Amino acid sequence: MESRNFARLRPIGGQLRMKFHSFEIILPVDKKIIPWERYSQQQVTAGVCSMSQKVFEPGIAAGRLEAEAYAAQFSDLHPPLDQHEALVAADRCYFCYDAPCITACPTDIDIPLFIRQIATGTPDAAAKTILSQNILGGMCARVCPTEQLCEQACVREAAEGKPVKIGELQRFATDHLQEQGKHPFERADSTGKRVAVVGAGPAGLSCAHRLAMLGHDVVVHDARPKPGGLNEYGIATYKTPNGFAQAEVDWLMQIGGITLQTGSALGAQMTIEELKADFDAVFLGMGLGGVNALGAEGEDKTGVLDAVDFISDLRQAEDVAQVPIGRDVVVIGGGMTAIDAAVQAKLLGALNVTLVYRRGRDRMNASVFEQDLASSKGVRIVNHAVPVAVHGNGAVREIEFEYVDGEMNGTGQMLRLAADQVFKAIGQTLQGDALPALEGRKIKVDSTGRTSVDGIWAGGDCASGGDDLTVTAVAEGRDAAMDIHMALVG
Amino acid sequence: MADLRSEFVGIKSPNPFWLASAPPTDKEYNVRRAFEAGWGGVVWKTLGIDPAVVNVNGPRYGAIYGADRRLLGLNNIELITDRPLAVNLQEIKSVKRDYPDRAMVVSLMVPCEEEPWKYILPLVEETGADGVELNFGCPHGMSERGMGAAVGQVPEYIEMVTRWVKASTRMPVIVKLTPNIADIRKPAEAAMRGGADAVSLINTINSITSVDLDLFAPEPTIDGKGAHGGYCGPAVKPIALNMVAEIARDPELSYMPISGIGGVTTWRDAAEFMALGAGNVQVCTAVMTYGFKIVQEMISGLSEYLDEKAMTSVDQLVRRAVPNVTDWNQLNLNYVAKAKINEDLCISCGRCYAACEDTSHQAIAMSEDRVFSVIDDECVACNLCVNVCPVEDCITMEAMTPGTVDPRTGKVVEQEYANWTTHPNNPAAAAAE
Repeated sequence: MESRNFARLRPIGGQLRMKFHSFEIILPVDKKIIPWERYSQQQVTAGVCSMSQKVFEPGIAAGRLEAEAYAAQFSDLHPPLDQHEALVAADRCYFCYDAPCITACPTDIDIPLFIRQIATGTPDAAAKTILSQNILGGMCARVCPTEQLCEQACVREAAEGKPVKIGELQRFATDHLQEQGKHPFERADSTGKRVAVVGAGPAGLSCAHRLAMLGHDVVVHDARPKPGGLNEYGIATYKTPNGFAQAEVDWLMQIGGITLQTGSALGAQMTIEELKADFDAVFLGMGLGGVNALGAEGEDKTGVLDAVDFISDLRQAEDVAQVPIGRDVVVIGGGMTAIDAAVQAKLLGALNVTLVYRRGRDRMNASVFEQDLASSKGVRIVNHAVPVAVHGNGAVREIEFEYVDGEMNGTGQMLRLAADQVFKAIGQTLQGDALPALEGRKIKVDSTGRTSVDGIWAGGDCASGGDDLTVTAVAEGRDAAMDIHMALVG
Repeated sequence: MADLRSEFVGIKSPNPFWLASAPPTDKEYNVRRAFEAGWGGVVWKTLGIDPAVVNVNGPRYGAIYGADRRLLGLNNIELITDRPLAVNLQEIKSVKRDYPDRAMVVSLMVPCEEEPWKYILPLVEETGADGVELNFGCPHGMSERGMGAAVGQVPEYIEMVTRWVKASTRMPVIVKLTPNIADIRKPAEAAMRGGADAVSLINTINSITSVDLDLFAPEPTIDGKGAHGGYCGPAVKPIALNMVAEIARDPELSYMPISGIGGVTTWRDAAEFMALGAGNVQVCTAVMTYGFKIVQEMISGLSEYLDEKAMTSVDQLVRRAVPNVTDWNQLNLNYVAKAKINEDLCISCGRCYAACEDTSHQAIAMSEDRVFSVIDDECVACNLCVNVCPVEDCITMEAMTPGTVDPRTGKVVEQEYANWTTHPNNPAAAAAE
C-alpha cells in the first residue's frame, strides 16, 4: 500500500476528511481519533457494551451490566444548556412576526419573546412567559417532540435545516427559575367555589393550577401513590432524571389552594356522581388506564408484559440495576411508549431488542428523532409485521409474526423472533363506568373541554380531540379551567 | 494577479494595509509579528516626551457586540506609549532595518510648543522611519493635557503645529484628524495650509460604551468610576466613510492624500475606503479582535476584486466612487423603485412585514400561509425590508422602467433626470427660473 494514499488528514470546514485511496471518510473535527485498542477498552469500562457473562444469560434477569454502568446509561438524554450555550442558541432566534413556532405550540407559548428574554439576561422573566401559558413548561421542555412542533416550524429550519433549540432553551429558562424555588404566580382572592379534578397528570395539574390561581379551591384525586401521571410513571427515565417530575409538582403546588388526594381512584374511592354533588365543577383528566391486548395466541404466557408497567417500574425503582430484563426482548408497537420501552430494555443490558410495528416507519407515532434514538442505541426496528402467536412452555421463548402489506392483509410470510420478554405497547384504553358520552373510545368534549354532562369537563388523553401529548394535555387542562372559571364566576 | 504595491506620499509598501497607531504597534515584538504576517506598514504607537505617561491599571477597553458576541465596537482609554522614548526609537530602528520594504511611520504627540517638536523630529528621522503622523485626535487623557484632540479641534493650532513640523523635518507629514468636530473639512484645510503631505482619519469617537447597572458606573470602570473613551471598530465605519468622502469631494481639498481609518475589518471595507478617496487604509480593532492573520484575507480579497474589475493596481481603485458622492438635492427624484420579495429564498420570518406594517408604509401583504408580497401601491422603496431581512438578496429594490406608471402615485415614471433644485415643490425653484 502506498502510505501517502493512506489516511491523509485534512481539516476542512469543521470536518476531518480521511482519504483512503478512492474514497473519503468525513468525521466531525471535534471527534478526536483514538486508537482502536483504547476505544474498545473505554467502551467496556463505560458499560456501553459491558461484556459481563450476564449479558448472554437467557431468561429474565436483573444486573446484566456492571454496577457502575447504570448511572451513565440512565443519565440525562440532553444535558442542560449552560449559560454560554444558551446565549449562543438564543442569538439565532429571528424574533419572527406572528411566529410560526408559536402557532405550532399546542400551548401557544410566546417563544420569540422568551428567547429574547434569555438573550437579554432575564431567564426568570423568560420562564414566566413560558409558564403563564404552560405551567408544566419544564417537563414539556424535556419530553415534547419539538422536532414535530415548534422546531419544525422554526424559520431557521427552512433556512438552514437547523432550527433554534427551542426546547433546550425552554428548559434553560424554566430550570433557572424552578431551581431557585421561585413560583412566579399569585393566587387570587378566594371565590369560595370548589372544583374536583380527577387525575394528577399533565391535564389535571394544569387545570388545577389555573383554577387555584383564579381563586378556586381544588381537590385533585389520583389513583396512584404519587402525583404526576405519565410524567411520573410513563416517560423514560433518561428524559426526566433526578426526580424532576415530583419536584415540578411540588413547585406547582406552591400556588396554594390545591389539595392532593393520592390513592383515590374513580369508581373505587369516589364516583362522578359524588364529585358532582360535592363540588361546583368536575374536571376529568384520568388518562387511559387500560392496555390493549395483542390478539395473538398464547399472549398470556409468562414474560408477556405491558410496556407501561415496565416503564413505570423503572421510574419507581430505587436502583434500576434491580429491574430484571430479558436477554432477547421484543417490543410491539410504534409509539413513544414502545420506543421508551425498547431503548430502556437495551440500556438495561438486553442483548437483542427488536421493536415490531404493524405499519411502515412513516406511520409510527414515535417521531423520527425517537426512532433514530432507538436505532442509535442498538434497537432493531421491524415494520409491517403483526404478532400471531406467542410460543413457549409456560414462559415465552419465541414470538411469531406475519408480514402484512400496506392494507394490513397477511402475506403468508412469517417471522419468528427469540424472546424471553415481550412488551406490549399497542395503545391504551379509557377505563371507567358511568362516564359522560363518548366519541369513539374517548370522552366527547367541545373546544373548551365541556362534556355531555353539565358541570363536568374533561381533557388530556381521556378526552377526544388533540394528540396524546403531554403538551396537548396541559393546553386542554388550562383551557377547561378558564371555561370552568367563566361558568362559575362569569 | 493585481499588483497591490502601494505608494502613499512617497512611502512605499507591498500592500495598502497598514496597522494604525495603537496597542498593536506599541513595540518591536508585535510589529515584527505583524510584518511576518504580511502587513504592508505600521504607524508606530504614538511617542511623546519623557517621562512616559502612566496608563490606568484597570480595564482599558469596553465593547459592544452583535449577534454571537461578535465585537462591533471597541472603546479605549489607553494613552500614548507608556515606554521610554529611547526604547521605542531603538526598536523602530531595529525593525525598519530588518524590514526595509515595509512602511514605518511614527506617530507623535508632544506639548503644543515648537521646541518639543524640534527636539523629537530629528530623533525619529535618525531611526530611518519613512514618515511621521501627528496625533491630533486622541480624545481622552492627552486632550486634558492640551494635546491630541485639544489641538485637533482647533484648526489654527493644527496649522501652526503642522508648519513647525514641516519646518523641522524632511520626512512626509501625515496629520491624523479627530472626528469629534462639526465639519471635518475645517481641520483638513488647516492641515493643508500648514503644509501637511496627507491627512489620516478618523481617530476615535468620544464614547461611553455601556453602564454597569449594578455599580451605576460607565464601562470600562476603574474603581467605581469611568471616563469617556475613544470608540472604534466596525460600528464607526459609516462615520469614517462619510468624513473621508467629505474631504475627497471638496474641490479645495481634493488632492490631499488620505489614509483611511475607522472600522476597516475586511478587504471589502478597505476597498470601500479607497473608492471614496483613501490612498491606503489603517487597521486596528480588527487585528485586536482576530490577530494579524486577517491581512491574508485582505490581500487575497482585494487582489481578486481588482482582477475582477480589470484593475491592475490599487491606484485605479482610489477615488472611483468619489464622483458619485453628491448632495441630497442632486439626487434624481424621477428614479422610482419598488421592493421585490423572492419567494423561493423567503423563509417566512415576517420581519419585513413587522417593519413595514408597524413602522413604515403598510406596503407588505401577508397571506394566511405566510407568503409575503409587496404592495406596489404603497411601497416607497424605503429599503427597510431589505435591511431587516435575514436572508441576503431575498428582497431587492427594482427600478421601474421609465414610461410605466407608478401605482402609488399614478404618475408615469419619467426618463429625465430631475432633482429637488428644479422640483415645483421647492420654494427656491421658482426663484431660480
